[in-house]
Amino acid sequence: MNHLLGTDTLSREEAVSLLDSAKEFARVADQKMPKLPALRAVTVVNLFFEDSTRTRLSFEAAAKKLSADVITFQGQGSSLSKGESLKDTAQTLEAMGAKVVVVRHASSGAAHRLAHSGWLSSSVVNAGDGTHQHPTQALLDAYTLRERLYGENAAGVGLDGVSVAIVGDVAHSRVARSNVHLLHLLGAQVTLVAPRTLAPKGIDSWPVNYDHDFDRVLNAGPDAVMMLRVQRERMRGSYFPSPREYTKHFALSEDRFAALPEHTLVMHPGPMNRGVEISSVAADSPRSTILDQVTNGVWVRMAVLYQVSRGGQTA
Amino acid sequence: MSEILIRQAALLGGPKSDLAIKDGMFVDPVDLDPSARGTQLIDGEGLVALPGLVDLHTHLRQPGMEQAETVLSGSQAAAAGGFTAVFAMANTQPVADSVGVTDMVHRLGQEAGYVDVRPIGAVSKGLAGEELAGIAGMAGGTAKVRVFSDDGHCVSDSLLMRRALEYVGTFGGVIAQHAQDPRLTEDAQINEGALSSRLGLAGWPAVAEEAIIARDILLAEYTGSRLHLCHLSTKGSVDIVREAKAKGARITAEVTPHHLLLTEELTASFNPLYKVNPPLRQDDDVQALREAVADGTIDIVATDHAPHPSESKECAFDEGAFGMLGLEVALSVVQKALIEPGHLDWSGVARVLSQTPAHIGGLAGYDNPLTVGAPAHLTLVDPAALKDVQMRYTRSGNNPYGHLQLPGEVRHTFFRGVHTLADGRIVPADELPGVAK
Repeated sequence: MNHLLGTDTLSREEAVSLLDSAKEFARVADQKMPKLPALRAVTVVNLFFEDSTRTRLSFEAAAKKLSADVITFQGQGSSLSKGESLKDTAQTLEAMGAKVVVVRHASSGAAHRLAHSGWLSSSVVNAGDGTHQHPTQALLDAYTLRERLYGENAAGVGLDGVSVAIVGDVAHSRVARSNVHLLHLLGAQVTLVAPRTLAPKGIDSWPVNYDHDFDRVLNAGPDAVMMLRVQRERMRGSYFPSPREYTKHFALSEDRFAALPEHTLVMHPGPMNRGVEISSVAADSPRSTILDQVTNGVWVRMAVLYQVSRGGQTA
Repeated sequence: MSEILIRQAALLGGPKSDLAIKDGMFVDPVDLDPSARGTQLIDGEGLVALPGLVDLHTHLRQPGMEQAETVLSGSQAAAAGGFTAVFAMANTQPVADSVGVTDMVHRLGQEAGYVDVRPIGAVSKGLAGEELAGIAGMAGGTAKVRVFSDDGHCVSDSLLMRRALEYVGTFGGVIAQHAQDPRLTEDAQINEGALSSRLGLAGWPAVAEEAIIARDILLAEYTGSRLHLCHLSTKGSVDIVREAKAKGARITAEVTPHHLLLTEELTASFNPLYKVNPPLRQDDDVQALREAVADGTIDIVATDHAPHPSESKECAFDEGAFGMLGLEVALSVVQKALIEPGHLDWSGVARVLSQTPAHIGGLAGYDNPLTVGAPAHLTLVDPAALKDVQMRYTRSGNNPYGHLQLPGEVRHTFFRGVHTLADGRIVPADELPGVAK
């Protein structure tokens, strides 16, 4: 795997292998010296053109746990604000010896451009591009689900037959796009829940069910409910009349949470709008995997950095 | 001026015949002495003779964006593509919304000397869509502007569009509308559908074009004025125009070469080379557009030649500029998309790429092409050639056909009898006769 640009180019074998690899790296946490020499003398550049805290810190932690040298570049206050292009910035960093470039960008396809434009020879990992893909988020979500459902027996298996509802602002969500592909790849049944205004055009061609009635979906007792943040910053025009109306129909409220079957897990990629798409009762409950997702993100990103730095297969 | 004799070219793809040019006009070949000193002989065997091509929709970028194109470089690109006249869109810097700018562009075209450069005037001041531009002044200037367009922007205000249609009628003009509802296309990057959703690129719905076309046809009928619809891109647009024409609407419509050949799948590369306004659509749209040219629903092919410097395309997709090059490759694309599948013959090509665009733009000299007494605007093309698509004369590199081989090669172009493209090479500017450089 030379690059990780999206979940839509992964094979099931590659995806399961990454999750298994992450499970191995998770054992590092239990060691006296929680660090491995796998990427010693390898320079990993975090190229963050778009604001991010948790993803950037997670990638930094993952790279450092593998003993990589880490350079972090953030768009604001950088040469980017002086008009330097994506191409020039990337090439500058590669000239400094980067072997792996982790890129986050507000433009869909930016990671794909870096990987395939001929500007770089480094491996590229997509850390979120516009409304396109956020593959490590989907991998950490799948990892978290697999651990919660199968625990010590999780290695080597997918998510066959697991039902997952992804709820909210699907149209603007790279997390949803990445999860749809990956969960389907791993055998899960995915239902997207959103008002028609926030359901992407052409959703009928996706390997998912679509419903606009959240309560009907919850009554079916899904194994997990993944709530999405309402991305007001990406919205131009009126997608719903008011936050209050959205919350009434599409939030995991206290009442809806109380009515959930015992086994249903609650997921959220963060950051959350508490009281908008998710109630604190749901977010802070034992059935919430939200903090697990953050922790597991480090193991998953270690697996990804390790795989791409070894090169070889394509993805 | 030298005398030129072209031996045995296929006129409009039909019978082979000799063509003779003298003093800028076609003359009877028997009136030329092929053995006389100074008579230039061209072997037309295997070549198709077409009237000089006319592009009703070109962006020459001068004034203001000369790093992308100049009137001279665009004129050379046009001649290389077989054109003898281009209509230059008004979205320059400053905007061509006054007689000063349109007359300057016209003069630069005359100085270049490769093609007839006909400026298009803006409909609204600064292309802002709020107040009418200086239409009367532009129409009365030396450039005698007859086509008005805010291309790049849509005249979206219904009242301004009504007034523009009414007003240009006073001067025998035509409004060329860029049909794009601005609200429905905010942030839009590619055709809206399953692909845009998968790629996470904001979608550009077909209805954004179709709604404006439907409205403008109604306004044109109401005002009795001439409306030309730029770069149709959807099957729905074709259906609306076809229905309106069946009812007798006096409208004309164009399609670009790229919308006749390329589809949205190319945008899955996230390469802004394939970013264009309106966006590349789907196979059934392409098929509908081809059939619409064949049955006359779409009147002309126009390039929408839109040069951009490389930095405008070497970036993330949504940071890239909209637009593709077209002048140097239009005829090859038409051969591939319309002739090879049998939608048009070469006579049809002459109609959609020369006579009708000249007629819409009010350009004289193209009504009776290749006939004795007509101005010698002539294009000789080798349809059997197969070529890698390279743009040699434009100043820009945003070539969306670089991955393709296309048929046909323009070998010679004559503009008013002046040899501008000779054996596939542009005649240097200082060798063109008659114009001070």
